[in-house]
Amino acid sequence: MASVPAVLNSEWTKIRTVSSTTWTLVAAFVVTVAMGAALSALLNAQFDDLSDAERATFDPTYVGFSGMILGQLAMVVFGVLVVGTEYSSGMIRTSLAAVPQRGSFLFSKIAVAGALALLVGLATSFVTFFLSQALLGDHSTDIGADNVLRAVFGGGVYMGLIAVFSMGVATMLRSSMLSLGILMPFFFLVSQILSAVPGAKSVARYFPDQAGSKIMQVVPDAMNSDPAPYGPWSGLGIMALWVVAALIGGYLVLKERDA
Amino acid sequence: MIELDGLTKRFGNKVAVDHLSCRIRPGMVTGFLGPNGAGKSTTMRMMLDLDNPTGGSVRIDGKHYRELQEPLKHIGALLDAKSMHGGRSAYNNLLCLAQSNRIPASRVSHVLDTVGLSAVAGKKSKGFSLGMGQRLGIAAALLGDPEILMFDEPVNGLDPEGIHWIRNLMKALASDGRTIFVSSHLMSEMALTADHLIVIGQGRLLADTSMADFIQENSRSYVRMRSPEQERLRDALHSAGIVAVEAGNGTLEIDAATTEQLGEFAAGHGIVLHELSSQRASLEEAFMQMTAGSVEYHAHSDSDGRQPPPVGPHWGDQWNQQAGTAPGDDPKGV
Repeated sequence: MASVPAVLNSEWTKIRTVSSTTWTLVAAFVVTVAMGAALSALLNAQFDDLSDAERATFDPTYVGFSGMILGQLAMVVFGVLVVGTEYSSGMIRTSLAAVPQRGSFLFSKIAVAGALALLVGLATSFVTFFLSQALLGDHSTDIGADNVLRAVFGGGVYMGLIAVFSMGVATMLRSSMLSLGILMPFFFLVSQILSAVPGAKSVARYFPDQAGSKIMQVVPDAMNSDPAPYGPWSGLGIMALWVVAALIGGYLVLKERDA
Repeated sequence: MIELDGLTKRFGNKVAVDHLSCRIRPGMVTGFLGPNGAGKSTTMRMMLDLDNPTGGSVRIDGKHYRELQEPLKHIGALLDAKSMHGGRSAYNNLLCLAQSNRIPASRVSHVLDTVGLSAVAGKKSKGFSLGMGQRLGIAAALLGDPEILMFDEPVNGLDPEGIHWIRNLMKALASDGRTIFVSSHLMSEMALTADHLIVIGQGRLLADTSMADFIQENSRSYVRMRSPEQERLRDALHSAGIVAVEAGNGTLEIDAATTEQLGEFAAGHGIVLHELSSQRASLEEAFMQMTAGSVEYHAHSDSDGRQPPPVGPHWGDQWNQQAGTAPGDDPKGV
């Protein structure tokens, strides 16, 4: 067996020595923070224009995380590229010749990249929260209020899980282009649209992003959204199941198929 | 020492490697020769455990590849020039490989120096030419200072200076007692570097023999004679019972005599000679004959008016039979 600390060290070198790491993670941070801040400022100015139902379920924390819909796409790109460039560059054969134990190789890579995504995710969610609350003025909430810390912490975990899910999918598909071509439209369009279509809704709410994003809501059914049959932690659990499934699928493909 | 035992790989119905058994010994350069599509690269990928064999096994110093601790310290391989991340510098590409096998970072600079890439160590490898990529791949193979080195078509893309360099490198590594296994589809290249030859065609072993034996057995040697008195010479040879074949350009080719004998013979008959030389049929020709029955991608040569190489099923078949009955043995007596 290859030494796991050595493989972790190697994977960390791989991640820190390519420029895509920096620009995807910076993009995830900037897009999430900026879009959340802009919407918070907008809603603060137009609070009176909201419907009664929306005002009744107004969730300042969740409003702050509005940018996550776009920001998560950068996390998807990060996750896909971490794995996909091994295949597109042909590096995978060199990497597996150096670390022939498929499990050590894949899970070291995902541990390092996942930990980095989680750290950036947490930084993003806390900065997003404090900036958006400052911009929401009278309608803001406080980090000490009930469930708010859970939501903010959960937002960081959500971003980390999105990245790890993308890594699993890219390992299964063994291609950056194919993975991005499926994941980007899925998270940006399909999941958003289906969760608004009557009938499809009841299925779409079990999609990883729909289920996972419940962790960021402090007020139940925030902003007059559809009630879900699960709570915030269960939602995150459903997302975690998706992630585990993607990782198992990726591991099996890596183990069984010729590199 | 690498041992292949009945190694087989099927892609669907197509057999890429067919019950290949042989040993690759230390202290010499073993050439792995076969036409395009013969299964050389597939065999090498299976040796590194990148492709799963359909049957049979590969053992590296008695172990399966996956059982090797820090495999780069046992076996280094160059598979193809594009096997590095283009967005990463040459140095960092090697550094992450070194770290995974706990090889000190100082080795990275050392091997970059060995292959002559020190000046571009900090450059992104996507800007590298094919030859530079090949050198970077060789540096990666040397990284763990392994006892076994495997090169798949290493001279591809190298300039003459680079080809010369890699030949000498392989010879020097072999003389250290290392196992060097190098594939090629060019017999002429192998003739210059390899001490031992393993020839495959359509995934099957056609020959496993020392280079010297291969040359001995497969290259017809003959004497070429040219004379202004062509008719007289031929008649004299004929009456002496020496078979001479007319070879065009007014030359005669004689198989069963030495230049000394023929020189004296001509002098004895007072025949003027313009040429008396010892010739060898090229190894390339011998290789083409051996693999003629198993070349997968034939070019159709009708259009350019040239004749295809003589198809000699007898050669390949004989090798096959011998390889089939006694795998690993030196098939002799062809």
